[in-house]
Amino acid sequence: MRLGFNFWLGALLTLLVVLAGVLAPWIAPFDPVFDADLMNSELPPDSTFWFGTDGQGRDVFTRILYGAQISLTVGIVSQVINSLIGVTLGMTAAYWGGWWDDLVNGLTNVMLAIPSLIFALGVMAVLGPGLPSLLIALGLTNWSWTCRIARSSTLSLKSQGYVQAAQTLGYGDLRIMFTQILPNMMGPILVMATLGMGSAVLSEAALSFLGLGIQPPFPSWGAMLTDARQLIQLAPWVAIFPGLAIFLSVLGFNLLGDGLRDSLDPHMRTRNI
Amino acid sequence: MLRFTLRRIWQIIPTLIVVALLIFVIFSVVPGSFAASLFSDGRRAADPQMIARLNEEFGLNKPLMERFITYITDLAQFDLGTSFRTRQPVIELIADRMWASLQLAIAAMVFALALGVPLGFLAALRPGSVLDTVTMIGAVSGLSMPQFWLGLLLMYLFALQLNWLPSFGYGDGSFRNLVLPAVTLGVTPLALLARTTRAGVLDVLSADFIRTAHSKGMSEAKVVRWHVARNALVLIVTTVGLQFGSLIGQAVVIEKLFAWPGIGSLLVDSVAIRDIPVVQGTILVIVLWFLLINTAVDLIYAAIDPRIKQE
Repeated sequence: MRLGFNFWLGALLTLLVVLAGVLAPWIAPFDPVFDADLMNSELPPDSTFWFGTDGQGRDVFTRILYGAQISLTVGIVSQVINSLIGVTLGMTAAYWGGWWDDLVNGLTNVMLAIPSLIFALGVMAVLGPGLPSLLIALGLTNWSWTCRIARSSTLSLKSQGYVQAAQTLGYGDLRIMFTQILPNMMGPILVMATLGMGSAVLSEAALSFLGLGIQPPFPSWGAMLTDARQLIQLAPWVAIFPGLAIFLSVLGFNLLGDGLRDSLDPHMRTRNI
Repeated sequence: MLRFTLRRIWQIIPTLIVVALLIFVIFSVVPGSFAASLFSDGRRAADPQMIARLNEEFGLNKPLMERFITYITDLAQFDLGTSFRTRQPVIELIADRMWASLQLAIAAMVFALALGVPLGFLAALRPGSVLDTVTMIGAVSGLSMPQFWLGLLLMYLFALQLNWLPSFGYGDGSFRNLVLPAVTLGVTPLALLARTTRAGVLDVLSADFIRTAHSKGMSEAKVVRWHVARNALVLIVTTVGLQFGSLIGQAVVIEKLFAWPGIGSLLVDSVAIRDIPVVQGTILVIVLWFLLINTAVDLIYAAIDPRIKQE
């Protein structure tokens, strides 16, 4: 398996985000929420405040480090939920076929017709803002592509000799699905989940920016940009650095996903979703 | 062709009904009542009399099944309900803002097409060139960038620093007000179009009929015009359609950032104050828009490439 330059660049960016999130309590110079001092508000970047301070006098660098925790949590948890839903539905639909397949197919088509950010907005309207609702909203949003891939992979794996051998040996359906089929489609599912991390982080940022996601004073990158519109003329760094953090981490996930996919299947064309 | 058209349009209806059902179910399993959250201001609990009156007025006390039947019957008559907040019909609220949303989506798409297709085309004709590399780096960056952040930076540069364009608002609906939000919204489709056009053209270039055309002595320019462009068109139309369909959804954040009075900002404002009939109605209209565009794409697709109708 040859991994290209893009993959390694993506892996490096992802590693940086993970390190920022995990090491934040040790390497951050300040507290992300409580070290607010209005005397220090809107200071430009200097040797104490590397990325300057925001409107409440909090260190932007510190808040970005802690923000990585929120973005990673949202990305990972939402993609685990997405993959579980998508794989379970897609695999069982293809394996059992019949009315269940029709039902899952119909549901997938309906989900594809609702733009994901709009669906997430709707769920947030019901559950109210906050991290748990955000995890549920984004976890329920993007499983349709995973489901399609799981379904088509299962359809082609179903006729493989080893699956038929397992059937002949009298293995139960679930056992066949989880021990014979699932391991053989982990590659594409993993690619979808990695690319999905990127879009989940973007959606979280957008929802928090709108004031419907993570609520202040928690240091979500998107929420940090909410005030930036008012502050941007006086303190552009308040707008620049959190956005850069979102951009670089999403770029990391996207390159990682693209690189994984290219190495798994060199014939697959550039993603056009 | 007519039968194909009618069949495709007819297919929208079941999807729309299921979406309506889904939206209805999601908004009915809500913990606590909407009336309570609508009237509470965070400090005091809502006045029970007010809640009772709202529940009465909007029929929220009736059994779920009965409410759903009313909801669907009203929908069939293009009645999307009444806003909790302003007591205006939802369909009017949406109609008032539809034009602004359309303007934004069309302008963004024109921008993306005008830049994305030529860039992808040129990149594919010279793979590995500087232009190709720059275009592809630009495309992956455009897809990884939070749009509203790009919008903020553009606003900072062109409105606040250079003073060339108004920073936000609809103004009198002039072109100057449209530029920044449209460019911001157009970046994602631009990146996707550049990528798909490039992939599509590269694909066509390696096809047998291109080699045949070359070997029978057709000039390069003619090959590109006759064979490559026509075959890549199908892929471009699909991407344009898919993107155009989801642009109104993507515009939500951009409309809010630039205070653009479209249905996206209507949706966000209604979510914030939990004006559920408006939220439901807006989502349904966005989905209908998406389905209509998709159907239109299928039809155009069939017109360009007759092989598709056969299936």
